[in-house]
Amino acid sequence: MTDLSVSVSSASGPVPQPALPEAAPKVTARGLNFYYGEHHALKNINLTLGTNRVTAFIGPSGCGKSTLLRIFNRMYDLYPGQRATGQLMLDQTNILDPKLDLNLLRARVGMVFQKPTPFPMTIYENIAFGIRLYEKISKSEMDGRVEKALRGGALWNEVKDKLNASGLSLSGGQQQRLCIARTVAVRPEVILFDEPCSALDPISTAKIEELIQELAEDYTIAIVTHNMQQAARVSDKTAFMYLGELIEFDDTNKIFTSPRDRRTQDYITGRFG
Amino acid sequence: MNPIYASRRRNDIIIRTLCVGAALFGVTWLALILFTLFYNGLSGINLAVFTQDTPPPGSTEGGLRNAIIGSIIMTVIGVGIGAPLGLFAGTYLAEYGKHDRLTSVIRFINDILLSAPSIIIGLFIYGAIVVPMGGFSAFAGCLALAVIVIPVVVRTTEDMLGLVPNPLREAASALGLPRSLVIRRIAYRAARSGLITGVLLATARVAGETAPLLFTALSNQFFSLNLTKTMANLPVTINNFVQSPYVHWKQLAWSGALLITLTVLALNIGARLLGAERTSK
Repeated sequence: MTDLSVSVSSASGPVPQPALPEAAPKVTARGLNFYYGEHHALKNINLTLGTNRVTAFIGPSGCGKSTLLRIFNRMYDLYPGQRATGQLMLDQTNILDPKLDLNLLRARVGMVFQKPTPFPMTIYENIAFGIRLYEKISKSEMDGRVEKALRGGALWNEVKDKLNASGLSLSGGQQQRLCIARTVAVRPEVILFDEPCSALDPISTAKIEELIQELAEDYTIAIVTHNMQQAARVSDKTAFMYLGELIEFDDTNKIFTSPRDRRTQDYITGRFG
Repeated sequence: MNPIYASRRRNDIIIRTLCVGAALFGVTWLALILFTLFYNGLSGINLAVFTQDTPPPGSTEGGLRNAIIGSIIMTVIGVGIGAPLGLFAGTYLAEYGKHDRLTSVIRFINDILLSAPSIIIGLFIYGAIVVPMGGFSAFAGCLALAVIVIPVVVRTTEDMLGLVPNPLREAASALGLPRSLVIRRIAYRAARSGLITGVLLATARVAGETAPLLFTALSNQFFSLNLTKTMANLPVTINNFVQSPYVHWKQLAWSGALLITLTVLALNIGARLLGAERTSK
C-alpha cells in the first residue's frame, strides 16, 4: 500500500490523476476485526487514511464497508452485541479504548449518513445546535459560524434568506448539504460519508461530490459508495472490500486501471456486485 | 364479460356493501347517543350550571359548579402525576431499555394495566390509600386517575418514540451528543406532537371515569377544595343524580354528561389536529 510509482493508465479508464505524494497517516487500522454477536463481519483489516485525502470504500452489498466506517466513530457502540478487536488509531488516540470519551471522539470524527437527517428545528438551529455543544459563543459570533458552515456546505446562497425555516422544508439534496454543514460546523478532523448520494438526484450528487473534494483541503475524508464512478471521481485512494475482507487498497487510479486482484477487476468491470 | 372478472366484480360489490353497512351500523349508535345527549342535556345548560353548587334533593335551583371544579382539579392532578411517570417509563422502554430483557416484561405488564377495568384500580386505591388513611379523599381520587393515566402515556410515548427514525438518533450521536441530549433535544422534539397527543388522550380517558372515583374521592354535596376530604366530581354526581327520583337532578345529570362528552370530544379533536400536524411535516 505504500507503492508510490505512477500508475499506468489505459486510454479507456477514468481520467488519470497524478499520483499524490503519500500523506501523513490520520487513521490507522491494524488487524482490525468486527463482530455482530457471533458473526465475524470484518476480518483482519489493515489500512491507513491519509491526512487531507479522500479514501473511498467500494464493494458489493454486505461486504462490510459501512460496518468499517461505523467503527471509525464507534457508532456501533449504540447497539449491544457489537464489538471490535485489533488496533485503530486516530493520530495518537486509540479509538477502541473502552475508556475513551465517545462524545469527544465523535466531535473529532464527524459522519454524514445515507439518508439526509436534518434535526427537527430551523436551518440556523441545525447548525448552531452542534456548535453550542462544545463552545459558548455570542450571538454575533454564532451567526458568523453558522454562515461559515453553510458556506462550507455550499448551501449558504440557497438558504441565507430563510434561516428560520424548518430544516425539513429543504429538498433532499439541500438537506444533505445541511447535514454536511452541520458536521463541518463543529470542526472535526475526519468526516465519514456513508453513501451520501444514494438518495439524491444526479445534480445534487454532482454538488456533493464537488463539495467533498473541496472539503478534502481541510479534512480527512472516508466515503462509502456503491457508485464506482463516484469513487473514481472523488477519491485519492480506494479500498475494495469483499465478504468482510479488505481485498485491495491502493491509489484510486490504480484500482480502476490495473487492479492486482482478480476479484477487484471482476467487481469494477461489473461482473458481480 | 370474462367470467372470472365478472365474479370478482360481484365479490367486490358484496364485500363493499358489507363494509359500508358495518361502518354505518357502528356510527348510527354513536350518532344516536350524541343526539340523545344533546336533546336532553342542552336544554338544561345555563349559567346556573356553572355558578351554583349541586342542590339538595327536591330543589329546583342549583348547578354543577362544585362537581365541575372538582373534576378539573382531580383530572389535572391525576394527569400531572401520571403523565410524567408515563413519559419517563415510556422513554425507558423506547430508548434506554430497548435491548433489555426487563423491557418486554414491563411492556407486558403495562398492557395488562392498560386494559384493566377501572373499577379494579378504584378498589386497589381504596385498599391501599383510603382504608389506611381512614376515609375517602380527593387525593386518593387523583392517585386512582394517575394509575389509569400511566399505562396510556407509557404506551403512546413508547410508540411515538419508536416512530422517530433511528438514523436521526445516529446523526445526533455522530455529532457527539450524549444519550440524554439525543433523547431530550432530538427524539422528544421529533415526537413532540405525538407525545402531547398521548397525554391529551389519557386526559380524555380519565375525565369521564366514574368507578375509580366512587371508591376514592366519593362525592361531596358542597364546594370543597380540600384534597384530604371527599370532593364533588362530574362522573359520580351524574351517577348519583341519574338514579334519583328528582326531575331537576336528572336534568343536571344530562347536562353534566353533555359537558363531559364535549370536553372529551374537544380533547380528542385537539389530539387529532396535533396528529395531522405531525404527518404533514
